[in-house]
Amino acid sequence: MWYFRSPEIAFGEDALSRLDHLTGKRAFIVTDPIIARLGFAERVREKLQAIGIESAVFAEVEPEPSLQTVRRGAEAMLAYGPEWIIGLGGGSSMDAAQAMWILYERPDLSPDAINPFDILGLRQKARLICIPTTAGTGADVTAGAVLTDTEEKRKLEVGSLEATPDLSIVDPQFTTHLPRQVTADTGIDVLTHSVEGYTSTWANDFSDGLCLQATRMVFTYLPRAVEHGAADMEAREKMANAATIAGLGMGNSHIALAHALGHSAGALFHIPHGRITGLFLPYTIEYTANAGAGRYLDLAHILKLPATNETQAAASLAAAIRDLMRRIGQPLSLQAAGVARENFEANLEPLCDRAAMDVSLVTSRRVPGGEDLKRLFEYAYAGRPIDF
Amino acid sequence: MRFPSDEWIKALHEEINRSQAYAEAAKNWEGDFYFVVKPAQPGAEPTYLYMDLWHGQCREAFLATDPAAKKLAFVMSATLPIWRKVITKQLDPIQGLLTRQIQLQGNMVMIMKNVKAAQELVECCTHVPVEFSE
Repeated sequence: MWYFRSPEIAFGEDALSRLDHLTGKRAFIVTDPIIARLGFAERVREKLQAIGIESAVFAEVEPEPSLQTVRRGAEAMLAYGPEWIIGLGGGSSMDAAQAMWILYERPDLSPDAINPFDILGLRQKARLICIPTTAGTGADVTAGAVLTDTEEKRKLEVGSLEATPDLSIVDPQFTTHLPRQVTADTGIDVLTHSVEGYTSTWANDFSDGLCLQATRMVFTYLPRAVEHGAADMEAREKMANAATIAGLGMGNSHIALAHALGHSAGALFHIPHGRITGLFLPYTIEYTANAGAGRYLDLAHILKLPATNETQAAASLAAAIRDLMRRIGQPLSLQAAGVARENFEANLEPLCDRAAMDVSLVTSRRVPGGEDLKRLFEYAYAGRPIDF
Repeated sequence: MRFPSDEWIKALHEEINRSQAYAEAAKNWEGDFYFVVKPAQPGAEPTYLYMDLWHGQCREAFLATDPAAKKLAFVMSATLPIWRKVITKQLDPIQGLLTRQIQLQGNMVMIMKNVKAAQELVECCTHVPVEFSE
């Protein structure tokens, strides 16, 4: 037995007008200072005001939101008493909104104790809407949130199947003017979600098609979105949709080894999530395929890559991903990502320890032990294809 | 070996202590378990398998005749068909927990930080010869 969970999804031009049909008295918008400054929060507030819903804005979410920020936001929600929580922004804001919502519903919980095994009894006070302003994370449709424990310098994947948002609004107006680097970083995140969602050991009939479609869309539209930005609205809209499609696929399957390595390295070297997990993706494809454990043939075929067996498919796919990353200016190694050799060596042990404890590892088709983890990081540092 | 039985859990004890992969994955694990096999028939008694797992080793394991004698950190309960699926790797134990086919009492955060250890424990189970008393 397994589940497929999805919010209602409003997508396409003017999808924001879905807000016109809300009913209620109060909404609480969770976002970051940049999104607030760009006027996006105000656009949402105006929509709400027009239908008689008053709103408050919490614009304090930082990149890699901390447990402390989540606690502060939840306290503000408790004081305000909203019926709608709106996560507006990239993955950080949507993840923070989701975690704050859970604590608003269940103030007896500690953020690091939110887990998928307990019945939380959400939706007694409010419902969750997510509005992504990047085309990457898929956090608008997934049940898990990534928070940072700043004291332990560790990323926590927290969540509950109940915490899947009620409504996702994928409106390309919010991603039109994304900077080139953010487009690339978040766009490659979509690919890591779709490939790992397809190859995770929890992949299933319902998630497979979504992951394949999102993979194809990234290869078609990401280079255009990076190169032409606001001048190519078709690419913008397709990438916004691809992010949510991949999020649905991955969210109903799971992630895998590239995320385990990326969570660890991202926390220690402060590299954006999409960039760092994408960096590891070709290495983990090679590592998995080298043990005959891959599931890459369909992915290669949908991209029309040359492959008649799993070994060829993995090699073709890894090469195609590296080619795509070069085209959009993403680093292919930790060294190219700006990690100094001495910093890498000083952190190699905690890198491996954190990756070994990451929940993403459990759904990897090939799970590395301590020595293999070390070699994976060393190869990824130097940019060497995996040969073990 | 019949599952559940004292013989089977003691064989698993030995298998765990032979596993380098488990030792590594569970090096931070502290806590003892009851694996409870819930009865198929209403009114029948459950079976309790006790395991003391400590930093990658199993210190003790037996079929418990007096489950109330120990207050344990973790209790995992499921019916025999579900345990059979777990032991034969047809059901990922974490998926079993997420779908509530397996019920868990104990520190959930600790479990979430040690999912690899759970996987290796199941791997050890697959190396113990087993017959199911269904």
